[in-house]
Amino acid sequence: MLNALMSDIHGNRQAFEACIQHAEARNVGRYIFLGDYVGYGADPEWVVRKVRSYVDEGALAVVGNHDRAISDPSISMNRNAELAIEWTRTELSNESSRFLGLLPLTEEEAGRLYVHADASAPSRFRYVLDAETARHSLHSTHAHATFCGHVHAPAIYSLSTAEKLTSFQPMPGVAIPILKQRRWVIVVGSVGQPRDGHSAASYCTFDDQTWEITYHRVPYDVETAAARIRAAGLPHNLADRLFRGR
Amino acid sequence: MRMAKPRLTSGSIIDGFVIGETIHTGGMAMLWKVTHPDIDVPLVMKVPLLFEGEDPSAIVGFEMEQMILPRLSGPHVPKFFAEGDFSVQPYIVMEYVTGQTLKPLLAQLPRSYPETIEIAARVATAIDDIHRQNVIHLDIKPSNILVRPEGEIVLIDFGLAHHNQLPDLMEEEFRLPYGTAPYMAPEQVLGIRRDPRSDIFALGVLIYFLSTGSRPFGESESLAGLKRRLWKDPIPPRAIRPDYPPELQEIVLHCLEVNPAARYPTAAQVGFDLQNPALVKLTERAGRSRPSSFWTSLKRKFDQNNIDLLRRNAMTAQIATAPIIMVAIDLAEGTDALSEALRSQVNRFLETAPGARIACVNVLKQNRLTIDRTLDESGHNKHASRLAGLKDWAEPLRQHDRQITYHVLEAVDAADAILDFADVSHVDHIIMGARANSRPRRFLGSVSAIVASRAPCTVTVVRPRASVSLRVTNTDSSEIRGVD
Repeated sequence: MLNALMSDIHGNRQAFEACIQHAEARNVGRYIFLGDYVGYGADPEWVVRKVRSYVDEGALAVVGNHDRAISDPSISMNRNAELAIEWTRTELSNESSRFLGLLPLTEEEAGRLYVHADASAPSRFRYVLDAETARHSLHSTHAHATFCGHVHAPAIYSLSTAEKLTSFQPMPGVAIPILKQRRWVIVVGSVGQPRDGHSAASYCTFDDQTWEITYHRVPYDVETAAARIRAAGLPHNLADRLFRGR
Repeated sequence: MRMAKPRLTSGSIIDGFVIGETIHTGGMAMLWKVTHPDIDVPLVMKVPLLFEGEDPSAIVGFEMEQMILPRLSGPHVPKFFAEGDFSVQPYIVMEYVTGQTLKPLLAQLPRSYPETIEIAARVATAIDDIHRQNVIHLDIKPSNILVRPEGEIVLIDFGLAHHNQLPDLMEEEFRLPYGTAPYMAPEQVLGIRRDPRSDIFALGVLIYFLSTGSRPFGESESLAGLKRRLWKDPIPPRAIRPDYPPELQEIVLHCLEVNPAARYPTAAQVGFDLQNPALVKLTERAGRSRPSSFWTSLKRKFDQNNIDLLRRNAMTAQIATAPIIMVAIDLAEGTDALSEALRSQVNRFLETAPGARIACVNVLKQNRLTIDRTLDESGHNKHASRLAGLKDWAEPLRQHDRQITYHVLEAVDAADAILDFADVSHVDHIIMGARANSRPRRFLGSVSAIVASRAPCTVTVVRPRASVSLRVTNTDSSEIRGVD
């Protein structure tokens, strides 16, 4: 079955819709959401409802730090993110807030672990940014492959039987075999706020028969997403950065 | 995870493959002939030999091959059929290519020049094919080159290969360079694994070895011995065989340049020169009869810039900036607007792709039944006058002279001739003219239509802009009147 892995949607309805459409065209059988459905973007309620409807149909979803922050004021974030969370709290329905509050930190199946950030301490939401942090994350689990988000830029790390760590920048549209004798961290990039210099939304498809992962970049209506952020009275910087993918 | 010795024996069955006889036992893998009830192609199963404390490159090499081989296709690689996981029994099943490697040729060296050129041109085609599929072989040598009974070259063993869209497991795993010492390119010695021109260097070593009987950089396996090629030139082939053709020496030494940027940019361009030796532009390389002086070598040896240059120049996407472009030129009216439009197109390409090769081609039509005379009515050699015509057409491009070659094709059918040339010469882009309007030009227009529909590459059809007059149609004018 083909699974779509989406992370860091951040209330960006236009990006999320474009990715769903892209995934549906590829006959994706199931969605796996890696957290941060809200924060930054102007359509948190719509996004959470959509995710909920997929979860009702069997999708997996884990919680991200922004989702946690809705009910937990102790989660620390930068000023803009905090402003966005304050605004998001007023936007979300009670059901949506409750849904976010009940999401698990991790999900696991058939040798694969789904988590928002570093797997060694899921509730601390540490970035998997480089070989060393990837190694740290890998050493804390037994999973063959850990799928995570949080850093908003795609990357793949793999650990060989000889403990050597390889990092790799995946190219969109190229299927990469996830060899079973190695262990992997797959950072899926961000749907709603890419930060690797490309404005297009990023997500992955994973074929659980062949164990191949393919990264996708999906162009979406950035203008509308940005205009909605401005109209909501959120910091303009959150709108501007969508164009730059930074 | 620790691997046990393979428990395979003749007659055992794994994933439906029936194990037959052993064909080969090497240091890193065993090859078995296998059969499968649903596959009627001769098959071979490659099984890595993995023992406790084994050189980990055996595992990584096998992983790389498992990743890369299924992603390659075409006649120049063994067709992939199946693979087995490390959790049970790692293996790769691929087509069993009947035919020999180039190794037996080495028993009797040197080979003749025509034979060397013939083989090298085929190998260049195979290398170009895998490069276009984003793979660099990095271990081109006679024992990894198979010749099918029909003569087609098949490259085998992708255990050291690099795929520029997949993780390179070798790169981070090992500090030491991997490869076969005599064939290893200088940048490979420095651990760089992403430059397709490393394969061009190895092809140069192969040509040198086949045609002179000795290896350009000896057989040293030590790192110091390997590094010598970073600063020391090989002995020019002419110093070994005084009758060595200058064109071939030009090609070989061009492949063996220390700096990858000074080598041929693509294997297709090497193949092009090997197929057209008479058209090779000779440089100082062709005339060399001695290696560079002791002092020059010594200076290079201690010049850190030299090595920095090598690292900096290593690059991946070469094919895009060094295409082979074919310009099909109709000489009927050499100076008209179409001719000029074609030339300005070519100029534009040369600006964006400075490594491009331009093949100017004209088709000299032959009648189907009669044997054409080579002389025209007034006694001029038709072929020679066409060639002169092509050169005249390219005259305004003369600053790019080194990149331009001229070809007069004699053929019954112009479109077929153009398409054949594009195929054989690995042409990336055909530029040709189409004339509009006048009735006698219809035929030429149809040549471009046939070429555009059947070409194996991009085709640009150039047509000078026809003049148009702005006309106001009846309906429009009535609307305009309606405004009154």
